[in-house]
Amino acid sequence: MSTDSQQNAHQSPILEFKSSTFSVPVLILAGNDVMTIEQQLQEKTQQAPEFFKNSPLVFDLQELNKLELGIDVTELTHVIRKLGLLPIGIRGGSAQQNRQALDLGIPIHSGHIARDGVYAANQPGTGAASTAATPKQQAPEPEPEPELEQVSEPEPPAVTVNTTIITLPVRSGQRIYAAGDLIIVAQVSAGAEIMAEGNIHIYGPLRGRALAGVQGNTEARIFCTDLQAELISIAGNYKVSEDLNSAAHIRPVQIYLQNHALVIKDI
Amino acid sequence: MARIIVVTSGKGGVGKTTTSAAIAMGLAKRGHKTAVIDFDVGLRNLDLIMGCERRVVYDFVNVINGEATLNQALIRDKNCNQLYILPASQTRDKDALSQEGVGKILDELKKDFKYIVCDSPAGIEKGAHLAMYFADDAFIVTNPEVSSVRDSDRMLGILSSKSRRAEQNEEPIKEYLLLSRYSPDRVKLGEMLSVDDVQEILSLHLLGVIPESKSVLNASNSGMPVILDEKSDAGQAYADIVARYLGENRPHRFIDDKQGLFGKLFGRK
Ligand SMILES: Nc1ncnc2c1ncn2[C@@H]1O[C@H](COP(=O)(O)OP(=O)(O)O)[C@@H](O)[C@H]1O
Ligand SMILES: [Mg+2]
Repeated sequence: MSTDSQQNAHQSPILEFKSSTFSVPVLILAGNDVMTIEQQLQEKTQQAPEFFKNSPLVFDLQELNKLELGIDVTELTHVIRKLGLLPIGIRGGSAQQNRQALDLGIPIHSGHIARDGVYAANQPGTGAASTAATPKQQAPEPEPEPELEQVSEPEPPAVTVNTTIITLPVRSGQRIYAAGDLIIVAQVSAGAEIMAEGNIHIYGPLRGRALAGVQGNTEARIFCTDLQAELISIAGNYKVSEDLNSAAHIRPVQIYLQNHALVIKDI
Repeated sequence: MARIIVVTSGKGGVGKTTTSAAIAMGLAKRGHKTAVIDFDVGLRNLDLIMGCERRVVYDFVNVINGEATLNQALIRDKNCNQLYILPASQTRDKDALSQEGVGKILDELKKDFKYIVCDSPAGIEKGAHLAMYFADDAFIVTNPEVSSVRDSDRMLGILSSKSRRAEQNEEPIKEYLLLSRYSPDRVKLGEMLSVDDVQEILSLHLLGVIPESKSVLNASNSGMPVILDEKSDAGQAYADIVARYLGENRPHRFIDDKQGLFGKLFGRK
């Protein structure tokens, strides 16, 4: 494969897309009384008015919905805006809440919605996969029960827009971390490392290390058009190059976790 | 607008200085006022390749320290009056260069020159960093072997994240691949990576292939950039490279003795 980056050098585009990740405060609600929310939110924002003034905000309704407590998104948005905050996303909402949000021009962030029962699987590891330490992961607790591993929700602070798109090659020595999904429309060189809390898609050769679900999302997958990786990992379960069948080369594959073991399947 | 070209690789001994001398001479011979700067402080050898080592009075570090003006330090080439050399210091260490100082000199050169070629030292430390930091174009010199290719890949990562253009979110540095010391026979024997292999690993625009050639040693012994040896294969390869860089469409050569592979490479330019 050869890319020709110079070909369009003489046209001068007046726009381009760049991918960026942002830290955004997330408002996690555990009660649905809008008056109380307003009161408590006001108290909080008054503690650091400069910080919160015109701050973007994502509100998270997952807890509420788990507790089967409904809330009117229009009303909630109104309260948030009244206090000088700018809602830019909803997370963990029901279908109806999401629709309400969209009507208000608020995008839906799908990250971290655990389906009940998914984490109940309790098979011991099959030996084919082992646990890799990833930079943002805490040291494994001495807790032996595997179910516990996943019960903890990712810590509430600062989550981001959902998808990071990279269009330039990721070179040896470079690292990329995406808080959501990561899409790479270029190659990942040997000696490079890409990490995502969500899924990873690579449209190009993967020769470096790819770690999906680095905060413990066992549902995360890696999709790749040409697997020549040094290491692949999902939620800490990894395989190194030696374990990888070189036959996966040049064929599109997906990689996912099944009973704590990595499965590599043709697409 | 002046353009700053860095000739870099990560690895040493791959042909950066040979290339810097050749392309600076090539650009100057085509009428573009060109300066070539030796960033290899402590190990100067660009002036040897250019054959001006006996005319060095002041150097890069003197100018940075304000001990000499740029005009005092620049040496006009004996073969081409459009070409000037700014030699490195042999007596200082790498820390004598500062980003601010280098930036100032480049800004001054940009007023007067069309091309400024920066011959980078090996490695990814300070000297190499400063040589690439202000660049508009990068010539990545790679030999057809795995370790050289890997180092080049690493340097490409640094170019795309640590350069001034990257830091200021400007259009990225334009990157060109120069595959040097290429020997089709050894590729055939499986002792070296092929052009295709290297391009597949780096996925980079190939500006040219420079064959392994005795003419390079002869040229450096006589203090004449090899591009002046118009009969030599390496000299012609560099002339092609300069022409392609200036926008001409020239077929790739020196990849194989057989025509067969050529066609394959025409298409990808
Ligand atoms: N195309 C070539 N064919 C044969 N020898 C070469 C070629 N290019 C460079 N060399 C030799 O390789 C050595 C290193 O070259 P140099 O340009 O000094 O590399 P660098 O600046 O990257 O360290 C020198 O001895 C030079 O003569
Ligand atoms: Mg050198």
